[in-house]
Amino acid sequence: MDKMSSVFEYAPAPESRAVVDLAPSYGLFVDGEFREAADGRVFKSLSPSSEEVLAEVAQAGAADVDAAVRAARTAFTGWSALPGTERAKYLFRIARIIQERSRELAVLESLDNGKPIRESRDVDLPLVAAHFFYYAGWADKLQHAGFGADPRPLGVAAQVIPWNFPLLMLAWKVAPALACGNTVVLKPAETTPLSALFFADICRQAGLPKGVVNILTGDGETGAALVGHDGVDKVAFTGSTEVGKAIARTVAGTRKKVTLELGGKAANIVFDDAPVDQAVEGIVNGIFFNQGHVCCAGSRLLVQESVRDEVLDALKRRMSTLRVGDPLDKNTDIGAINSAEQLARITELTAAGEAEGAERWAPACELPSAGYWFAPTLFTGVTQAHRIAREEIFGPVLSVLTFRTPAEAVEKANNTPYGLSAGIWTEKGSRILWMADRLRAGVVWANTFNKFDPTSPFGGYKESGYGREGGRHGLEAYLDVV
Amino acid sequence: MSPLSPLTAPSGLPTVPAHGPDAAARLATLADVTASDAALRRFLHGLPGVDAVGLEARAAMLGTRSIKTTAKAFAIDLAISMIDLTTLEGADTPGKVRSLCAKGVSPDPTDRSAPKVAAICVYPDMARIAKDALGDSGIHVASVATAFPAGRAARSVKLADVADAVAAGADEIDMVIDRGAFLSGRYMEVFEEIRAVKQACARPDGGAAHLKVIFENGELSTYDNIRRCSWLTMLAGADFIKTSTGKVAVNATPANTLLMLEAVRDFRDTTGVQVGVKPAGGIRTSRDAIKYLVMVNETVGDDWLSPDWFRFGASSLLNDLLMQRQKLSTGRYSGPDYVTVD
Repeated sequence: MDKMSSVFEYAPAPESRAVVDLAPSYGLFVDGEFREAADGRVFKSLSPSSEEVLAEVAQAGAADVDAAVRAARTAFTGWSALPGTERAKYLFRIARIIQERSRELAVLESLDNGKPIRESRDVDLPLVAAHFFYYAGWADKLQHAGFGADPRPLGVAAQVIPWNFPLLMLAWKVAPALACGNTVVLKPAETTPLSALFFADICRQAGLPKGVVNILTGDGETGAALVGHDGVDKVAFTGSTEVGKAIARTVAGTRKKVTLELGGKAANIVFDDAPVDQAVEGIVNGIFFNQGHVCCAGSRLLVQESVRDEVLDALKRRMSTLRVGDPLDKNTDIGAINSAEQLARITELTAAGEAEGAERWAPACELPSAGYWFAPTLFTGVTQAHRIAREEIFGPVLSVLTFRTPAEAVEKANNTPYGLSAGIWTEKGSRILWMADRLRAGVVWANTFNKFDPTSPFGGYKESGYGREGGRHGLEAYLDVV
Repeated sequence: MSPLSPLTAPSGLPTVPAHGPDAAARLATLADVTASDAALRRFLHGLPGVDAVGLEARAAMLGTRSIKTTAKAFAIDLAISMIDLTTLEGADTPGKVRSLCAKGVSPDPTDRSAPKVAAICVYPDMARIAKDALGDSGIHVASVATAFPAGRAARSVKLADVADAVAAGADEIDMVIDRGAFLSGRYMEVFEEIRAVKQACARPDGGAAHLKVIFENGELSTYDNIRRCSWLTMLAGADFIKTSTGKVAVNATPANTLLMLEAVRDFRDTTGVQVGVKPAGGIRTSRDAIKYLVMVNETVGDDWLSPDWFRFGASSLLNDLLMQRQKLSTGRYSGPDYVTVD
């Protein structure tokens, strides 16, 4: 018989950049218009996979924050007085435009953030549209949401979002806020401002009244000015625990309501009766999805000692097939690290892991020379005392720990300052329920990981923050209820 | 772009093919799990479970791989070379079988560089016709047997069916398992029947027809059953495991084939014995076939990317592959009149 076997190499399959029409510079979106920053300051947004400058964007200062908050305040009167059915029409329209422009937005997101196009296309964008559709449905049903007969909006919401899911985090914040009748001033992350600016264009395309959505690009200073502004009634933040604490201090003693969605150090718990092949997929998806830039990432693998070797062998084999490279290649599994700063943090923490005695492993993997890259990595021999078991790395780095009994698994899983998510892998239904009752984490996944749905509330325990986003629960953060 | 690294080699043991002389000794090391009905049941029920949602999600994700240009050309030729070109109709005649054989030898009359298929798959009474028609082309004759597709006949009849096909020159036997026995938990009965069929595959010259064992996944119905059936048949000496007959509603699916690929991978890791996989039924387009090859590539790797270890049981697939092949070489789509009907 003929021997045809040779290596099945995938030819490059790049998604076309031509679908995105990038301008050389972008202004702030205030009161329905794009404008330069009052003091004319700008900064550049880079593509983390090539370090190419994608565009220059305005750096909002205190005067711009003031203008945006005032625009939102003015717009609030009319927007909050609209019947829910009318607000719903705008939200449905936005959702449909997002679907129509999803290819363009997916490419843009991959360019600016570095995430693989497979994920921006198959995960981010469908969820973004789904969030707008979902909350559009609530807009005229708020009196049935369990928050009183006629729940009122809060006013102007200041929303500060991270760089890991730029457009999705925008959707999580903007959709419920608008559905409830609030107006918003949103600040996207410094390294990923572009999709929010494209969203501003979508708001115009949808005919959204001026000032209902305002987008201020800038850095941490802009964010601090925004959350500290007197005209703001509500602050919603997703990002690091450190910044979250600072925000909580800023708003303490004011009338502002706050929700915080912060860091995580989730345990992905694999029992000896787990469906091993699917558990391995879940471990990979848990920590390598979006380069591990996921607050609910399953960054601690807790594996039962009796199956440790089997699971690790299978995991290493699977990690060897991960394709790291060009985010716009449709076959890429792991894209670029979002920034030089984040890469430095990952590098520093992994070095600490080695220094503290954990054993490092990564598959042979050629990384591109330009841009910011980190190979998928795992550490074995990690103990609860190691920094890599306690601190959020926010990168493609998995710490492997073991346990012997379900009680020990619960104890170790909960032994963290965080409490955003957890995963349980077992074929035993009763054990799933027993564990889920005891895990102090906002989301507990059973035999899956990193699954999101607009109908499901998401949020943390302990230092992972407070408040819930998504589902009926997500309305509470934007309604004037006690 | 990082190239796919070769997958981890099986721990320790050098690999031997399931159809080779050394496989029996390897399987004998696991004799204790097949020593009794109870031991076999314990073993099969001790295999890790399969989470259906996760399995299907993984298969679907692999289906999103984008295979273009040179990779597509490679995959199309590889897929053609892996086809068991099949006719299993009550209306089959020697003329129909001969024309299929001619097509298998030279699939594209306008382009002699097109690879030939792996085998021609027929009913036992057509095996001799196919053997004569294929001559020294190197293409195998595969014959279904054991009262295909239902398998509902006395064992003596099934064995006679196999012996008949082997005597007629079949190089490969595609048997069906007794699904009734499997579903009612009589694993040892299924195991022994496969062993008996394997013996019946022996030729007087000392060689033997390769044995493919068909599960009929659509009837086994659960993924746990498919994993158990994979191990059961491999322990019994199957050279290939095959998804289905093509005669029921659910045949090969990406998910059930992925599961069987995981099973042959794990079996080789455990025993060092390499077993082939054949999805059959319902794979009609190049796009589908390429998805399966991606699954092979990323689950078991290069070692299985050859007609010796992976086959497609198909009839209409070949023409679609040929049309895609013509498109790649000429830059335009031809049409059904530019490939042969048989």
